[in-house]
Amino acid sequence: MDVLYFAWVRERIGLPRERVETDARTVMDLVTQLRAREERYAMAFSDLTALRVAVDQQLTDFDASIEQAREVAFFPPMTGG
Amino acid sequence: MRVSVQEQAFDLGAESTAFAAGHRDMGAIVTFTGVVRDLPDDPMEAMEIEHYPGMTEKALQDIAEQAMIRFALGDALVIHRFGRLTPGEMIMMVATAARHRKDAFAAAEFLMDYLKSRAPFWKREISAKGAEWVAARDEDEEALSRW
Repeated sequence: MDVLYFAWVRERIGLPRERVETDARTVMDLVTQLRAREERYAMAFSDLTALRVAVDQQLTDFDASIEQAREVAFFPPMTGG
Repeated sequence: MRVSVQEQAFDLGAESTAFAAGHRDMGAIVTFTGVVRDLPDDPMEAMEIEHYPGMTEKALQDIAEQAMIRFALGDALVIHRFGRLTPGEMIMMVATAARHRKDAFAAAEFLMDYLKSRAPFWKREISAKGAEWVAARDEDEEALSRW
């Protein structure tokens, strides 16, 4: 699946999107796998209360299933308007 | 109903006039415009707005549809820019058309409250001190609970 990062999450991880091969069943499983990769991921995902997640472009929560997902995005709380 | 996510500037006068002209049965048109404001103690060079192409359009469409139903609007317009903007430039506008002003005002506030914290935009302020991401405020999240 494609994993996307925006705003300071993108800056901390150092890339806007990447292809991830994963057997993760939920967003939280994916976060756990990403955190284990490298320090920059662990840093970006250190405080989940500061993060929001969208699965296939719909806002959801960290318990959400990603078994059928094509795209998962992580970003800070939005500041539109 | 129209939603536009765009980099280029929009003409507030032309958009408002065109929006108001199409609705003979609607007695109230409300427009709101958000402008990049300068920082008093730390003059801002620019504001950069990042967004999530694809999701942004869907989120705005969804928010506008909810406003249409909830306030029985005749029409709604949302324009939101992204990219690099300078102080004084218009960031976004909403317009609502309803039979009466109460619904038109309430719908504009509803749209603004949802745009603030449910549309995937992220603002970054750039000044002589450096660049800083604008933090979401708790009040913005709390504002949703009134709807």
